[in-house]
Amino acid sequence: MTTTAPPSAPRGIRRHWSEHGLAFTLPFLLVYAAFLVFPLLWGVRMSLGNDDIAGTQSEFVGLDNYVEAVRDPDVWSSLWNTVWFTVLSTVPLVVVGLVLALLAHHLRFVNWLWRLSWFAPFLLPSGVVCLLWLWVIYPSDFGFADQLLNAFGLQPGIGWLTDARYAMLSIVLTTVWWTVGFNFLLYLAALQAIPQHLYEAAELDGAGPWQRLRTITLPLLNRTTGVVLVLQLLASLKIFDQVYIMTGGGPDESTRPILQYVFQAGFTGYRIGYASAISYIFFALIVLVSLIHLRLTRRSREENAA
Amino acid sequence: MSAAMTAARKARDAVRTGAGEEAQGRRPRWTRGRVGLLACALVLAVLWVLPLAWALATSLKPEDETTDTGLNWIGSRITFDAYRQVWESGDLTRWMLNTAYIASMTTLLTVVLTAMAAYGFSRTEFRGRRVLYGLVLAGIMVPPQVLIAPLFAEMVALNLVDTYWGVILPQVAVPAMVFILVKFFEGLPRELEEAAYVDGAGRWRVFWQIVVPLSRPVLAAVAIFTFIQTWNNFLWPFLVTTDPNAMTLPVGLVNVQSTYGVRYAQVMASVIIGGLPLLIVFVFFQRQIVRGVAHTGLAGQ
Repeated sequence: MTTTAPPSAPRGIRRHWSEHGLAFTLPFLLVYAAFLVFPLLWGVRMSLGNDDIAGTQSEFVGLDNYVEAVRDPDVWSSLWNTVWFTVLSTVPLVVVGLVLALLAHHLRFVNWLWRLSWFAPFLLPSGVVCLLWLWVIYPSDFGFADQLLNAFGLQPGIGWLTDARYAMLSIVLTTVWWTVGFNFLLYLAALQAIPQHLYEAAELDGAGPWQRLRTITLPLLNRTTGVVLVLQLLASLKIFDQVYIMTGGGPDESTRPILQYVFQAGFTGYRIGYASAISYIFFALIVLVSLIHLRLTRRSREENAA
Repeated sequence: MSAAMTAARKARDAVRTGAGEEAQGRRPRWTRGRVGLLACALVLAVLWVLPLAWALATSLKPEDETTDTGLNWIGSRITFDAYRQVWESGDLTRWMLNTAYIASMTTLLTVVLTAMAAYGFSRTEFRGRRVLYGLVLAGIMVPPQVLIAPLFAEMVALNLVDTYWGVILPQVAVPAMVFILVKFFEGLPRELEEAAYVDGAGRWRVFWQIVVPLSRPVLAAVAIFTFIQTWNNFLWPFLVTTDPNAMTLPVGLVNVQSTYGVRYAQVMASVIIGGLPLLIVFVFFQRQIVRGVAHTGLAGQ
């Protein structure tokens, strides 16, 4: 074995490295081509036509759908609602996620309890979360939110989901409760990766807890914050479930996000060509944020290498 | 500085080897500041649990007491009527089975297809490999939500509306998972595989018997993440199923709202039942799920 293998082995191994390659990747590539690449390209063709929902009766109309979308005030208002929700939700989701992770990390005590209470809601389907908040938290008077405020002597009497001034904030509140656990976990993982000896050294040098937080923890979390921030922006821009289930976009379309407008144009309005055109406008927004993300990760990788 | 570091290390070693301290490990002492932190954390934990607790409380009340004011956690009696009524309608069981089947199939297919593809991209040479991998990476930027209109038209053309495969197939093509696995495979030492080739093993055997077992943690992470995502996915199943019998749990639940009108105890009972499966799984596999979500979430999107 040892006398015959070495001369033939390298060639054999090289042959092994090069055969079967396509066979390994082909199954995935077929599914990928059929259900991602193809719809992405077909959607472009659809956005240039006036297809109905079944994709038949197509007639080429050029850029008409895009021109109409740019002139459609509903496109702009739902785009604005999407961006507004993203701004309102991203800040608390990142900050609260960080605070919860810092608490759990520094306590090092009953970790299961923190994970269970803060992360568990993330595991609930949107339907469960939204029905819960819609039917027993937000209704006026007997709803839990109003009753809780009442118990503290406040008479809120605000329509959590029915008043255009508060509806978006209520959706943000539900979203923070539901998904902050994800950012909490990402931050917790990052915190656990910080070497303990840094803290011990700082402590011996006389640094207090606040100083350690400011000079060690937060600077070392910069990269994580960048990633969490972009992931959160991307997730928030895709808002649909909470609004659709809790307010249906109301009151007066004040919470309707762009994805719901796509849904209404294509699936209840049967104008799938127009819906596709709006989708690509939305896609441009997503790609913009993703490119910023790529930039950030590339930069941090270079910093790592340096 | 380095003197301080050595001192710190010495102090730590002393604590580690110290006889009585052993059990306490590195757990900090209960200073006043730490008690304050604990109080904050407990308040926040209670805040997070309250909505779910209220849902549970409501589901156990008699229906006519669910809209009482006065913050009563317990009604005049505790009743499971709402659960019985929801359960007897049979919808929840069917939706749960649908979701379990769809989520399992999607997870299985995703793990097998992405692991094979990632192995092909990281370990083999073939014409067009770089271009194809670049194409897959570019797909990470495409959110599935953008594709709903053309994808639905495609499902109509393929006659897959209201079928399991109509829900499953579009959720299998996840380029981010290929990326995660390629990164992992590139970190595996090639020597083990080469030794196996020398011993006469073929590529498929090497993949299934050496690479897959070595990658168990990362494959588990991908599987856990995919399963949670698919189990909870709303938008796509909602669009592609119109027949109540084919619905998944998240979609069906939202339908309940119209079937039952506003019978609060029943809606909350179905909310509790609908949320329970993944929560139970979480209680048993907390560590794996936390690790899987953190790993996949950070690297993946």
